[in-house]
Amino acid sequence: MWHILRQIVRTGIVTEPMPYLPLPLPLPDNAGDAAQRIHQDILDILGQALTIRQVDAGSCNGCELEIHALNNPYYNIEGLGIKFVASPRHADMLLVTGPVSRHMEEALRRTFDATPEPKLVVAVGDCGCTGGIFGESYASCGKVANVIPVDATVPGCPPPPLEILRAILDAVRKHRPVTGHPGGPA
Amino acid sequence: MWGVERQPPSSEIVVCAAFAVREGLVWLELPIDDSAAGFPDLAPLFPCAVRMQRGMVDLSGLRAEGSHDQRPWLDHGLWSSARAPLRSGGGSVPADSGALPTDYAFVRVEGDGVHEIAVGPVHAGIIEPGHFRFSVVGEKVLRLEQHLGYVHKGIERRFTELAPLDAHRLAGRVSGDSTVAFAWAYCMALESAWRGEVPQRALWLRATMLERERVANHLGDLGALGNDAALSFGLAQFSRLREDWQRLSREAFGHRFMMDAIVPGGVALDVSVPMRDRLRQQCDAIEREVHVLRTIYDEHAGLQDRFLTTGRVTPELAARLGLTGLAGRASGQAFDLRCDHSWDPFDQFNVAMAPNRNGDVAARVSVRFDEVFESLRLIRALCSGLPQGELRVDLQPVHAPSIGAGWVEAWRGEVFVALEVGADGRITRCHCHDPSWQNWPVLEHAVIGNIVPDFPLINKSFNLSYSGHDL
Repeated sequence: MWHILRQIVRTGIVTEPMPYLPLPLPLPDNAGDAAQRIHQDILDILGQALTIRQVDAGSCNGCELEIHALNNPYYNIEGLGIKFVASPRHADMLLVTGPVSRHMEEALRRTFDATPEPKLVVAVGDCGCTGGIFGESYASCGKVANVIPVDATVPGCPPPPLEILRAILDAVRKHRPVTGHPGGPA
Repeated sequence: MWGVERQPPSSEIVVCAAFAVREGLVWLELPIDDSAAGFPDLAPLFPCAVRMQRGMVDLSGLRAEGSHDQRPWLDHGLWSSARAPLRSGGGSVPADSGALPTDYAFVRVEGDGVHEIAVGPVHAGIIEPGHFRFSVVGEKVLRLEQHLGYVHKGIERRFTELAPLDAHRLAGRVSGDSTVAFAWAYCMALESAWRGEVPQRALWLRATMLERERVANHLGDLGALGNDAALSFGLAQFSRLREDWQRLSREAFGHRFMMDAIVPGGVALDVSVPMRDRLRQQCDAIEREVHVLRTIYDEHAGLQDRFLTTGRVTPELAARLGLTGLAGRASGQAFDLRCDHSWDPFDQFNVAMAPNRNGDVAARVSVRFDEVFESLRLIRALCSGLPQGELRVDLQPVHAPSIGAGWVEAWRGEVFVALEVGADGRITRCHCHDPSWQNWPVLEHAVIGNIVPDFPLINKSFNLSYSGHDL
C-alpha cells in the first residue's frame, strides 16, 4: 500500500490541458478553458454525460489501441464526461472501426438497432471512412457508411487519440438542434 | 499451413506446411493433381493443425483426408462466390447484403445444471470481435468453445492485387499491434525471394523498432492485467508509460506504432544521434518506473491471489498442443527465435530468454516483466552501436517465379510470412501466419475449471490476435 501511495504522489496529475478543438458554433465569451467548454457542450446538447459503445467491425486492432489510449491519464476523457460502456443499449454513440467485414455486417446492424436515440455514429480510421487498404471484396463491405448511417468520420491509420476525440465532439455538436437556445438544454 | 494455386502454365495446386525444427524452418510442399483428392491429415500428429486445415478448406478448397472436424472455420456462409476465395476465379463476386450467417454447430455439454453463456462477436470492452461459447455449471467453466473468423476481410486475396514493393503496407496491417513484426517478416520474405541484401544500419533500426513494439505491447498488457484484477492503479500507471513510449516512437519513427517505417530493402527513415540519446534515456526512465511497479504487483496480495494458479497450462499440455511465443515461454516452452534461430542483428546480442514453468496468469505476467527489461537492454545496445551505412537498397525483381520466407519473433510469438512472386513480378500468394493460430485452442484448455469472472483475466494474459488469425 505504501508503495502504491508513494507512486501516486510521485506521479502527480499528468492530465494535459485539452488543446483548442475548433467548434462549429460561436462560444459565449465566458466559456472558460477547453476542457470545461467540452464538458459544458456535452451537457448542453445531450443533457447528460456522453456514453460510447465501441464496435470493432473488422479493423486490424490499430484503431482500438488508440481508442484505449484516449482513456489514459494524459487525455482523461472520463474527466470530460465521456465514458465507454459495455452495451449499445447504454450508449449514446457508436464508435465504429474497420472496414466492415462481411461477417460483422449483421452484428454491426443489430448493434446499431439496439442503440437508443440519439444513436450517433463515428467512423474511426481510414478503413472506417473509405474501406482503406482492404477496400471492398468478397469478405469486406468497405466503409462503415455502407452499412449504417454515419454522423462523423476521422481519417488516419490509425488516427491519434486527439483526432478521435475531435470527431466524437463533432458528432455531438452536429446533433445540436438548430433552433435550440445556445447554452440551454436541447 | 496454406494452399497455393500457382500461375499458368503450371497451374499447379500445392499444399504447404512450415515446421519449426531445431535446425531452422522447413517448408514442405505437396503438389496434388486433383484438389478433390485431399491431403494427409496432420492433426493426429499436430493438434494445432486442425483449425489451419479447416481454414484451408474455406480459403483454398483443399481438404485433409479423414479429418474428424469438417465444420467450416473462417467461412460463415456469407461469401457468395462458388469457388474458394484464394483459387483462380474465386472470391471475385461482391458479397450479398442482408444474408445471415449460417448456424455454427457448437459442441453441446449436457448434464444436470449445465447451461451455456454466449459472448460476442461484439464484446463488452474495446477489443476485437469473436464469439465465445461457455458451458458452465454454477460459476465453473466446464468447456469453452471459440468461434472466430468475424474479422476475416480477405487479406490474402488482397495481397495478390498489390505490387510486391507496396504490399508491406498491407502486411503491416495484418495485426495493428504487431505491425513492425509483420512488415519485417514480409520484407524479409521479399528480400530473400529477390535476393536483396539489406544494409546493416537498416537491420539495426528494424530491430530497435521490433523491441520497441514488444515493450509497448507488454506495457499495455501489464496495465490491463492489473485492471482486470481490479487494480485500476496499474492501468493508469502503465498506460501513462505506454503513452510516453508511443509519443517518442512518433518522434523517432514518424508513427505512434511505427507503421510503414519498414520498407522492402531497408527502412524509410533514419534516427539522428540526439534522438538515439533520447531513446536510450527513455529506456532508463521506463526501466526505473517498471521496477517500482513490479514491486507493487509482486507485493499486492489481492492481485497475486487473482494471478496465481489462474488459467494454468502445464508444460506437458503446452508441449502437446504446441503453445508458442510468450504464453509458451510461461509454460516451460523455452523457445524464442531471437535465441534459437537468431537472425541479423539479434545474433550479436546474446538475447536472454524469459522462461517460466508455472503456466498461470502470474507466469505470463512475470515473463512480460522480464521481457520488458531485456528489450530495454537491447534497445540501448542497438542505439549505442548503430552501424554507419545506407538505409535501404533498391530491390530488383528476378524475372522468374521466386519464393521467400520471413520469420520474426514478434511480441506475441513467432510470425511467419510465405511469399511467392510470379515471373510477371506479381504476387501469386502471400500467406501470413500469426502465433495466435497455435495459441487460441490452448486458451480453451486454460479456462477449464476456472470461474467465469476469471475469463477476461486469463484471456488478457494470452492477449491473442483476432485480426492476425482471421485475416
